Amino acid sequence: MMALILIALVTLASAAAAMLLRNLIHSALLLTASWAGLAAFYLWAGAEFVAFAQVLVYVGAISMVVLFAVLLTRPPQPMPVTPPNTLGRALVALITGGAVLGVFIGAIVSSPLPATAAPAPTVSVKQLGLELAGRHAGALLIVGALLTVALLGAVVLAATDREPVGASLDDVRGRPPGTPLQKSGDAP
Amino acid sequence: MSLSSLQLCLLFSSALFCLGLMAALSRSNTILVLLGVELMLNAANVNFIAFWRYGPNPEAATGVVFVLFAIAVAAAEAAVGLALVIAIYRHQKNIRLQEATRLKG
Amino acid sequence: MNADSILERGPLLVRDWLVSFLPEPARWLAGSLLAITAVIVAFASLFALLTLIERKVLARVQNRPGPNRVGIPLTKIRLFGLGQPLADGIKMLTKEDIVPRSADRVLHFLAPVALLAFAILTFAVIPFGRHLVPVELEAGVLYFFAAGAATELAVFMAGWASRNKYSLLAAMRALAQLISYELPLLLSVVPVVMLAGTLSTTGIVERQGGWTFGLLPQWHVFTPWGAAGFAIFFVAALAESNRSPFDLPEAESELIAGHLTEYSGFKYALFFMAEYFGMCALCGMGVTLFLGGWQAPLSFLAFIPSYIWFGAKLMTLLLAFMWVRATLPRLRIDQLTRLAWKFLVPLALVNLGVAAFWSLSADWTGAVRLTRWLIAAMLLAGPFVLLGRKLTAGLAPRIYRYAT
Repeated sequence: MMALILIALVTLASAAAAMLLRNLIHSALLLTASWAGLAAFYLWAGAEFVAFAQVLVYVGAISMVVLFAVLLTRPPQPMPVTPPNTLGRALVALITGGAVLGVFIGAIVSSPLPATAAPAPTVSVKQLGLELAGRHAGALLIVGALLTVALLGAVVLAATDREPVGASLDDVRGRPPGTPLQKSGDAP
Repeated sequence: MSLSSLQLCLLFSSALFCLGLMAALSRSNTILVLLGVELMLNAANVNFIAFWRYGPNPEAATGVVFVLFAIAVAAAEAAVGLALVIAIYRHQKNIRLQEATRLKG
Repeated sequence: MNADSILERGPLLVRDWLVSFLPEPARWLAGSLLAITAVIVAFASLFALLTLIERKVLARVQNRPGPNRVGIPLTKIRLFGLGQPLADGIKMLTKEDIVPRSADRVLHFLAPVALLAFAILTFAVIPFGRHLVPVELEAGVLYFFAAGAATELAVFMAGWASRNKYSLLAAMRALAQLISYELPLLLSVVPVVMLAGTLSTTGIVERQGGWTFGLLPQWHVFTPWGAAGFAIFFVAALAESNRSPFDLPEAESELIAGHLTEYSGFKYALFFMAEYFGMCALCGMGVTLFLGGWQAPLSFLAFIPSYIWFGAKLMTLLLAFMWVRATLPRLRIDQLTRLAWKFLVPLALVNLGVAAFWSLSADWTGAVRLTRWLIAAMLLAGPFVLLGRKLTAGLAPRIYRYAT
């Protein structure tokens, strides 16, 4: 119980700080910390495999993609504030978020949820594998297709139309052996 | 008033969800909006795990399987989303959502 | 040798004896702390030794004596330079710790700490001996690679927090390398997990336990898919631990020090320590997955305790790393990524198919077993030769021209 509260506080605090900070790199790193906190929550709940998958995918891969995107899209100079102004939007967001949170809290606290203090259920990796390859095999295949399509789509979207960088290398590769390089490389 | 562990988990996830919602609504930086959406997805995952942990039949492991799929889909979403961000940046030299008003490149 | 002999259980007995002085509730905690301390102390001293051994080995290969001066101070005893790591440590500790004025101080400090922490975390699931695995996890292999993947974050932090464009560019290059080679590394491990049917490291070692003809070991490396997987794992591990010929991230003679440019003093030493820890952990994982872990190499040698076999195999792999460093020239960045994406990843995928064939043909008996070997080897050799020929077409033979 104490561990859960601690994990929740750390995760929420780093997520909140990430969303408030102006420095995007700091935001991304703090968010990574909060993803790691979520992995800790999964460990606490006994879902070991999910926790490691969370670390591998979020802390290892998605954080990297985010950081690369932040570095690749830095504006040349700080942009002036454009309407609709930031304060109004922030206020609207705060009200909406607060209202949703209020509804959630009210619903959760008032609903008669079973307060079983049962020991943590264990799901073995083998069982998970059998579930994935058995009952959910179709979904697994679809996820594989989705990931492939997403990978190709991401490459197509982010690719530039410029001359590929490797062109000069192909020149070098295509030349017959023994001929000197066109531009440089020969000692006078 | 005492809260059960399940209620605590749900409160945690709803707080996380609302944080993501506020970020997605208030920030104008596309990357931060995407990260807000990502946080909301994570909050949903927390719910799945919490209900699996305290639910009536945890031996079914459906919650865990669902979270695994959600993580895979989130990875795909992040990759495509950030590629879109980079494409937007190439067109308008910044990534402010307010200025991304054109559908044509 | 039976699994419960006094030698085999030695480290456990020492731990239990030490813990028995404490009251009952503190014992579990003290036992865990003791295990952590033992792992850290063992690998920290191995790190100190490795820095010396590496320089000695490099010197040997290059036909020079290497560090052989520092022994016991104030005497003439030199001990083959065994005092060198100590002297290096004192030098590193007394150097000035410089932080650039515009650097992000917190992240600049956190980067080496995070790197070292993640490197140490990876040791938790490696079975060092029959009874010596710090944490018994069901998803141990996944844990290992999850902790290893987090090191990329530390590299990014180091490069970005330095506020130096060269650091940042070098960090991006290092990340490109780490991410590229993560893929073949993971894909080379998948066949092992597939055929062992478990993600637990102890389970994988135990599965390599039997003896062919009562003498020869049944390690994974002695199967077609295992040999290919081990080769891919070895190359990818070289790249993941920034070792030559993939040491572009901080190519001493060409870049200044890559993402470590703005680090000095003990922080720099911490980076190096983390690098060596990462190398040791990857080698330990390689031993566990492919080289039979703590199993003895021949059945009649099983009387030697398991942790000694593990240590010997680990040292062999580390020496192989040094040998590679001493002999191969550094790759260019485009050659490096091309090798990963166009050669290692397709081969690892082919290897996955071969492993599937191997597992399907497990019940073949008699002379058909030979055809099983043949088919698997052909399935691997074909793509290897074809891919290799295609990738090197037009590159060889190379004619070198010297300025005379």
